[in-house]
Amino acid sequence: MERFDVAVIGAGVTGVATARRLALQGWRVILLEKGADILSGASKANSALLHTGFDAPEGSLELRCMQQGYAEYTEIAASMNLPVLKTGAMVVAWTDAQEAALPEILRAAQRNGVADVRMITPTEIAAIEPQLSPDARAAVLVPGEYVIDPWSPFHGYARQILATGSKIWRKAEVIAGRFDGQHWALETTAGNCLARHVVNCAGLFGDRIDALLLGRTDFTIKPRKGQFVVFDKAAGRLLHSIVLPVPDARTKGVVLTPTIFGNLLVGPTAEETEDRSRATVTRTELQMLLDRAVALLPALRDMPVTATYAGLRPATEFKEYRIRHEPDCNWVTVGGIRSTGLTASLGIARHVADLLGAGQDAMPVAAPQMPNLAEHLSRDWQSAGYGEIVCHCELVTRREIEAALSGPFPAGDFGGLKRRTRCAMGRCQGFNCMGRIAELTRGRLCPDIAVTP
Amino acid sequence: MIQVLIIGAGPAGLGAAAVLAQAGAQVTVVERQSQAGGVPRLCGHSPFGMREFHRLMTGQTYTHRLIAEAVAAGARILPDHAVTAIESGPTVRVATPQGEITLTPDRILLATGAREASRAERLLPGERPLGIVTTGALQDLWFARKVLPFRRPVILGSELVAMSAILTCRQAGARPLAVIESSDRPVLPAPLCWLPKVLGIPMLCTTRIEDIVAKDGRLCQLVLRNAAGHVTQIDCDGLVLTGSFRPESGLARLCGLEIDPATGGPVVDQSGRTSRPEIFAAGNLLRGIETAGRCWAEGRAVAQALLADLPPAVLEISVRAGQGVRYVMPQRLTPDARVALPALQIRLDRRARGTLTLTDAAGRRLASFQTASAPERRLTISLADLRLQDAVGPLTLAMEQD
Repeated sequence: MERFDVAVIGAGVTGVATARRLALQGWRVILLEKGADILSGASKANSALLHTGFDAPEGSLELRCMQQGYAEYTEIAASMNLPVLKTGAMVVAWTDAQEAALPEILRAAQRNGVADVRMITPTEIAAIEPQLSPDARAAVLVPGEYVIDPWSPFHGYARQILATGSKIWRKAEVIAGRFDGQHWALETTAGNCLARHVVNCAGLFGDRIDALLLGRTDFTIKPRKGQFVVFDKAAGRLLHSIVLPVPDARTKGVVLTPTIFGNLLVGPTAEETEDRSRATVTRTELQMLLDRAVALLPALRDMPVTATYAGLRPATEFKEYRIRHEPDCNWVTVGGIRSTGLTASLGIARHVADLLGAGQDAMPVAAPQMPNLAEHLSRDWQSAGYGEIVCHCELVTRREIEAALSGPFPAGDFGGLKRRTRCAMGRCQGFNCMGRIAELTRGRLCPDIAVTP
Repeated sequence: MIQVLIIGAGPAGLGAAAVLAQAGAQVTVVERQSQAGGVPRLCGHSPFGMREFHRLMTGQTYTHRLIAEAVAAGARILPDHAVTAIESGPTVRVATPQGEITLTPDRILLATGAREASRAERLLPGERPLGIVTTGALQDLWFARKVLPFRRPVILGSELVAMSAILTCRQAGARPLAVIESSDRPVLPAPLCWLPKVLGIPMLCTTRIEDIVAKDGRLCQLVLRNAAGHVTQIDCDGLVLTGSFRPESGLARLCGLEIDPATGGPVVDQSGRTSRPEIFAAGNLLRGIETAGRCWAEGRAVAQALLADLPPAVLEISVRAGQGVRYVMPQRLTPDARVALPALQIRLDRRARGTLTLTDAAGRRLASFQTASAPERRLTISLADLRLQDAVGPLTLAMEQD
């Protein structure tokens, strides 16, 4: 049986970042993912924002992880060729009550160390966002909120994990495990392994993994569904910054934001649901998001919809992160990582490494150069020799698709291929390119696009 | 010699290329796909070619004929050439596998065609598994590549193209389980609905998709709801999204052309001229869907208007869709333009019987007639019959139901 220093269960943003951190610090890591590819649970559907933590609970672990994650990400992004769109955000008040809440939002941001926030007037709002509805009363400007590529960083971290000699097993659902006082023996659908420590980053199944292996948990996952609508790239020019609502007690609310890919995104909804695996979109909520988007940005009325999607956030009965170290059984649970997980992932990873005493960076690994998918930077089709453009809406080349299907960490399923290249994610959603993609991916993805005749 | 760049090598673009090249223009047709021909190249079935060549052809034979005519006339056709920007000048940026090139034509004809609405555009509920494709994608998968994405699909929509989807399924060895249609009867006129009947495929009207259920990444069940609120499940492994064609207007939007929200395509006058005077448009980019033959004829007619090269219009009257009308095109009328689009092309937004009236801003009736029509049924008003000299814009076309 293969032996590792640590097994990280779950390859969402938290699990991948944690596995990377431990691997860079010299531990031999096994990252176990039950899906056919990484990022296939909660992480496949987020709003792709890099938050400053201006509105996070003061003094919280969540705030600390967000700010550490933010700092590390902005430090390493350029070296890995990862794009950052420095949009800034505004928390816009549309009603009297919301306007009354702005000063406290400003003060809270300052208490959280986000010093460059300031109040702006409707005139200033209109100067920054001329297309925004003139009903905006006032806003808090947060210059440090950015838009990022939500997946490429983690594909890069996966490459780093593999480069250190650590392993990633996909289609490896943990089905049993036993701790003998020294080691965990884990049984998965892809084989068995032995690890000194376990980090549970199982996201929507975090409480179940706790229960399955430890026999106890201190939280219950209450999945919260978020639906999103992506507008056509023609709408991209209508908005330059992130428009945040004044949050209520339960959620950050519906955000209107540019995406790094040149579209405009509205979402998420916040719907309590029982189901942990079915992220369904619904007509009523999609229509509500469309109406909301048009109310905020009237020029969206005539803009086509490019995509709709839904994700499930691993919320719990508690507002705060549920990170718990059980030294007696070499165990860490990282649970209840909700909307802020993308930003906080690198900070959470450091926190877990500290809990486990993993030490300082020991494995020098070259920064992998990630293919750029951001609209505002140079793309693959702009350099000769790409073969053919397979997906015309997103300008994805055959060279990019072939690269995503080969190398040390190829795409596992069609979703994984889409996240790595953006193929079929544009306005026609595959009308023009599904045939060619099916041909290029034959026998390479699970499940295959084709059924066997 | 006038240099014309045609963007899109489907029936409209190829038809225009032949006319322009014959007239002595230097014609380049760029096509982003690896093969010229547009949608008909993927149709392994008839009928094509009646209007153009007076005989019945399959889509592929028809495509070869259109390409041959354009090339014989002297047009240059460049597949794998994708236009990424049309800057002022016009300067056109084109991505090619050998690197980006720049073209500087005198005139541009946009003929980028149409496509079926995606799952997102239809706001379909449910999960997002494999097995959901449009008819266009299905034809590409099967006819061009012999890839089958499902075995037991459900067909969504009942326009003519749904019959094409059924035929393609049958040829590929897939068995459609049902046709579902949200309105109370098929969009296709009753006599043309024989195909599903003969094949024993139930046509479920007033039925909507309530949920899409996935298992292991593949579609496994559709939950349907009818008008009475009755919910049924169909175990199936695919869904073909048919019809609801919309203009492929990404490039038109990108280069800043005025877009008509009703058609989803560029606003044009009756010569096919867009809001940028050096750019013309023809074919299904203008309005969703018409037959290949009509697009071909339209491409040729707009080509003639483009050749006449009249100065951009000064006086224009806009036409807009009012009550009960889904769209009307052309959207601008120029009394002295060269006529390429000889009639107002109209679609209603619902099945209706009543009076269709074109009124000007001063309340004068320019045309008014009794009609009965349905969505996707062709309706026209000849421009020659309209007295535009005294009309005050904008004109409004409205349907008053009996």
